[in-house]
Amino acid sequence: MPEFTSRARQLVASPSLTYRQRVQALAGLAEESLDPPKVSAACAEALASGLVDDLAEGHAPYRPRYLLPDYRLALVQGSEFLQLDPPTDLHEAVAFLLSMYSQVPSITGYPVYLGDVDRLLEPYAADVDDATLTKVMRLMWVTIDRSLPDAFTHANLGPDDTRVGRTILALERELLQTVPNLTLRVDADRTPDSLVLDAVRTVFACGKPHFVNHAMMSADLGNDYGVVSCYNSLKVGGGSHTLVRLNLAESAKRHTGDVESYLATTLPEHVELNAELMAARIRSLVEEARFFDHSWLVDEGLLSLDRFSAMFGIFGLAECANTLVAAAGGSGTYGHDADATALGWRIVERVADLVAETPLPHCEGNDGVAFLHSQSGIDSDVDVTAGTRIPIGTEPPLHEHLLAVAPNHKHFASGVSDILHFDDTAVRNPQAVVDVIRGAMAVGMRDVTFNLDSNDFIRITGYLVRKSDLAKLEQTGVARHGSDVLAAGSVANSHVTDRAVKRVISAESSPGLGV
Amino acid sequence: MPPSPEAPASAPTGLLADLVRFSWVDGPGNRYAVFLQGCNFDCLACHNPHTMPRSTPRATVVTVAEIVDDVRTYAPFLSGVTVSGGEATLQARFVVALFAALRDDPATSRLTRFVDSNGCADDEVWDLLLSLTDGVMLDLKSLDVDVHRELTGTDNRAVLHSLDRLADEGKLAEVRLLVVPGHNDSEGLLRRTGVYLASHAPGVPVKVIGFRPHGVRAAAREIPAPTDEERVAYGAWVAAAVGAELVTVV
Repeated sequence: MPEFTSRARQLVASPSLTYRQRVQALAGLAEESLDPPKVSAACAEALASGLVDDLAEGHAPYRPRYLLPDYRLALVQGSEFLQLDPPTDLHEAVAFLLSMYSQVPSITGYPVYLGDVDRLLEPYAADVDDATLTKVMRLMWVTIDRSLPDAFTHANLGPDDTRVGRTILALERELLQTVPNLTLRVDADRTPDSLVLDAVRTVFACGKPHFVNHAMMSADLGNDYGVVSCYNSLKVGGGSHTLVRLNLAESAKRHTGDVESYLATTLPEHVELNAELMAARIRSLVEEARFFDHSWLVDEGLLSLDRFSAMFGIFGLAECANTLVAAAGGSGTYGHDADATALGWRIVERVADLVAETPLPHCEGNDGVAFLHSQSGIDSDVDVTAGTRIPIGTEPPLHEHLLAVAPNHKHFASGVSDILHFDDTAVRNPQAVVDVIRGAMAVGMRDVTFNLDSNDFIRITGYLVRKSDLAKLEQTGVARHGSDVLAAGSVANSHVTDRAVKRVISAESSPGLGV
Repeated sequence: MPPSPEAPASAPTGLLADLVRFSWVDGPGNRYAVFLQGCNFDCLACHNPHTMPRSTPRATVVTVAEIVDDVRTYAPFLSGVTVSGGEATLQARFVVALFAALRDDPATSRLTRFVDSNGCADDEVWDLLLSLTDGVMLDLKSLDVDVHRELTGTDNRAVLHSLDRLADEGKLAEVRLLVVPGHNDSEGLLRRTGVYLASHAPGVPVKVIGFRPHGVRAAAREIPAPTDEERVAYGAWVAAAVGAELVTVV
């Protein structure tokens, strides 16, 4: 207790936290004082030693990590909880959504999903002229950034071309905000090149949007899916109870023997430990904290337990494959040597099969098992490569890189992002970027993200920060956006600013407790 | 010089200087760029002087099938294929066979086929190439014949003839003007060039490229790179007649 008291005292007086960050940190401290969900001794050891990792979600989960309310249904039926009637025009619809966002929880304390805003608002936009539409959307976008200051907050656009979507892209280029994060769903038939081009030009200005393969996502998740936080794709009306990740680098280090025995024995044991921790956390959330029994979102039919599953994350694939190759006397590395890369694919495939055979409680949203996720790092990761990507700074040329990572994508229904880092030649030839996006999707890539060398924005593990904000944080110690604080750690630990130009890295993130 | 009738379409081999599988500076979109070895100009300001000799141990002999196989691997990511050099038209038979094979392969038929040329090619060459070519990006080193000779070692009659023919047939995708300070950067010459292009190649995009010394031969390293302001001025002088919307400055 003395430690609890002194840490609470420190937080109360911390000069580097805003009021809201302070409240959140105090809540996190209180949650930590409770006993974590019970697991076996082997699982507890795996957690303590970092073989499995719950991303500091907290000892007593009391809200799902990611939840995706059905905003469309809310707009149609209105809300008793919010005491709002169904909106009848654009102004009312925007006010409705902004009110609703303030009452949607997630692991970060802010909503991680704002809906497919173009589809939600397009029907209300028919009656307003362009100037009014731009003014209303600008106010909405500025309000989102100022009131939900967290880059894990995520809005979706596409796959169809809409006035609202085009307006949002134009505003993104004008406002240059890190919030909200943004995804464009791209469908080979439905999304016109001109919209993808518009989005690519927006990337040049502010690093957004991220692009997802709509055909692949719909096949895995159905048409009602959303992309939230850092490229986690999940069902609308549902979400993910938790995200627990298996450190494949550590897993391979613990193995003695050849590749076959790793895949047959060691890997399944470690998958089981990760799943055990997930099951314990899910039960704690659903059966002890009883989130689904006392959420207004559930009461009003905007969320339902049967649309939920949980995310089984993996990371450190590169080190895992390299360790196994070296143990067999080889020297090839994942992403550079064809055999080592193929071994990486085999490991992912094996994990996917194991996860698909491991039942988890309250995961009816994915037929009783977890969604596989390529978890691309948090700020504290050192010497282990995020997700299934090739280590930063060693990426091969883009054409080789895409073909090396693409075969992994089909396994990750809940997301895997690869960040392509480009220089200024892209700005003079945006169609080339469109070609890369279309090609990536044609060869089976699910997620594609870009970073441009020369603008002020940088993607950390999947979310955006401004380089100028990081510099300011270093000088003053205070950040308005919680995600900036995480980013400062990530830059210091993993050299994300060293990314080779025109090289791909992928990114995912965990917001942890927000500070 | 039409291909001999007994030779199968895939028979010609090419002498290859380099391959760039994803190029963003050799035409529209992401392109597979094939750099052929050997040039018929001797340009002072050439950025790839190693591609100039007609034969060198550095170059490799490639077949059409080898290139098509490789293009097939990357086809989903591409807008097209550009054959450059050196001077691509010096290996016209190879280019014709390559383009025909790309057209006939279902995995690559959607790709556009472009040639990057110095324009020093006669009508027989264009007769062979144009039905298989979507566009030609043509370098005009100088409108002034004396300056052209000073910069390339050759006069510009064939280049201007090619420019007219390609424009007439709707195959001129872009005209490139490499502006070398002290040689072809005078306001008068660039304004005249703009006027010439506006009448001989109306509606065709013009890329004005300010000289940069990296990669060039020793003799050209002393030439200063133009400042940003000078580049903008070059563009403006050309654009006065051509129209700003058609002019890009790099």
